Amino acid sequence: MAKRSSLIARTISTLIILILLLIAIAVVTKLVGSRPFERTVVEMFIRVMLVAGLYIFVGNSGVISFGHIGFMCLGAYAAAWFTIPPAMKGVSLPGLPSFLAHAQLHFLVSAALAGLLAAIFALIVGRIMMRLSGIAASIATFAMLAVINTVYSNWDSVTGGTGSIVGIPFNTGIWTALGGAILVVIIAYLYQISRSGLALRAGRDEATAAAASGIDIVRERLIAFVISAFTIGVAGALYAHFLGVVNPDAFYLGVTFITLSMLVVGGMNSLSGAVLGVIVISTIIQLLRWLEKGIDLGGTTIAIPNGLQEIAIGLVMIVILMFRPSGLTRNRELVWRYWPFGKGSVNGVAVSKTIENVR
Amino acid sequence: MTAVLQVIFDALSLGSLYALGALGIALIFGVMRLVNFAHGDYISFCVFAMLWPSIDAAAIVFAGNLPTVILIPLILAIGAGLSVLSEILIFRRFRNANPATMMIASFALGFVIKNFLLMLFSSRPKSIDLWSNLSLPVEIAGARIPLLQVITIIITIVILLGLTAFLKRTRFGLEMRAAAENFTMARMLGVKANRVIMLAFAISGMLAAAIGLILATQSGTADIQMGVSVMLVAFIATVIGGLGSLPGAVIAGFLIGGASVLMQVILPLDARPFRDAFVYGAVIACLIWRPQGLFAPKSTKQRV
Repeated sequence: MAKRSSLIARTISTLIILILLLIAIAVVTKLVGSRPFERTVVEMFIRVMLVAGLYIFVGNSGVISFGHIGFMCLGAYAAAWFTIPPAMKGVSLPGLPSFLAHAQLHFLVSAALAGLLAAIFALIVGRIMMRLSGIAASIATFAMLAVINTVYSNWDSVTGGTGSIVGIPFNTGIWTALGGAILVVIIAYLYQISRSGLALRAGRDEATAAAASGIDIVRERLIAFVISAFTIGVAGALYAHFLGVVNPDAFYLGVTFITLSMLVVGGMNSLSGAVLGVIVISTIIQLLRWLEKGIDLGGTTIAIPNGLQEIAIGLVMIVILMFRPSGLTRNRELVWRYWPFGKGSVNGVAVSKTIENVR
Repeated sequence: MTAVLQVIFDALSLGSLYALGALGIALIFGVMRLVNFAHGDYISFCVFAMLWPSIDAAAIVFAGNLPTVILIPLILAIGAGLSVLSEILIFRRFRNANPATMMIASFALGFVIKNFLLMLFSSRPKSIDLWSNLSLPVEIAGARIPLLQVITIIITIVILLGLTAFLKRTRFGLEMRAAAENFTMARMLGVKANRVIMLAFAISGMLAAAIGLILATQSGTADIQMGVSVMLVAFIATVIGGLGSLPGAVIAGFLIGGASVLMQVILPLDARPFRDAFVYGAVIACLIWRPQGLFAPKSTKQRV
């Protein structure tokens, strides 16, 4: 069994590559300097937070979760409760308890609290649900999402019902979003090489053998569930501070499926897959949007018909999955071939081959 | 008494829709372990096929104007065709992929179909005038029940009986049941994989078309989202019933339909908007109670 320090030495190059990649994207965006493009990139960083956070649970446990966007909903609404000016809250959300009604916190504090709220909720729900595995667990998480959505859509005095709550301060710029994305990637990396993460991956790959080796799969799953809920709660808070508006349907099936697709297209069982999945799919979506608007080619504008963009992205995903059923990264991590400290295998996969140029 | 009868009919007709949907999903899951998220979009596609080529808001129905005896087989054929086509073009290539990959592929396909419909018909709901005289009430034991509800229930029972006869009495049915039980073993004993899978897709597509016809008649509108909500509940019903068990899927469909209608009646007024939260809470409780489903076949029991 490898020692912990050497595990870090062997695998940290992945983390460095991913962080550098994210920073590079932010810097290039700033250099381009176009406002709409910057907003697209901020949104992409938030998606990185969501998908990497989702990966902490789904990737390590092998259980597909349809429920994590529920945590995003919890986080976003918590951010709204903590940061909207009290005068506005008195009018739009009369049912808030008084300590919330008068609160106006710094947005970073509110984001941390939002994550905490999601984590506590996950701890309570997870205690019950993590006993399930396979498709039953997936359906249970979906049911959880539906419950959260129903409650937030109808609890008018506290959540504003199906309408939107406005007045959340705009605090998430590109650097905040970058910071958030890096934070979640670091958390995901640390969890993945932690004792619990390794145990959970063992349980994912061979449940019987892992259980026989004394791994309590339910407990490890719960740990992963809570950590990933925290990161997604924070992501939800940053998203609320990015849009300035929240409404329950923004946190339902649409985001659930797009984030899951990004994870699976990237490679469900690797952190690099989670990050690359977001970057690749977001890039393709952006390219198609530009095509839809039309590109100027020597005086003639070439544009694809409206609505074709969505069809194309669906087809692209199908084609990618056809040729790479286990995702773009084939479930491996990006590594730097010439990394000087420590060589060998990570998670039982020989990493002699580099796949750093997927993008 | 009449109120009780009304509730029973409401529950049965809603349950019928869910049961038909769950059956369509369970059939495909049984033979290829695919959770087909495109199923809801097959339903919408079949509804909109009745409008095509008209894209007006007050639809001048083309296919819908055909006489019933032609319209119903036509829509069923469209559903089956779309379903089989997606098998041949897409799902066939995912036979050996893991379930998550297949699930996302089916979701992507549903996304494509939905946006194709959006591009053609735009997102505004359209009105469909299909057998509108069916919404007239009939009197049964003192209660006034919409004729359509009665017909929905009867049609569902007929479909279920027909399918049962098909599965139990014919060679194809036997092959399909064997494949659902243990696909590898069935292949070794001479069941042709492609034929069985295509058949499952065809039947599943026809079930989607049947749901589409019922939904369109019931609501009088064609909405791109209409299939998805049925599909989600049907998907849950499939799991609660025990994946791989066809009778389980049907019974669970009726159970969820019944639970929704019942909760609408018995919940206190303040809690009624939260009805779905209670229904889904019951779903979680049911899964915790029996993770393998209410009627799980022995072959799918997990060892650990």
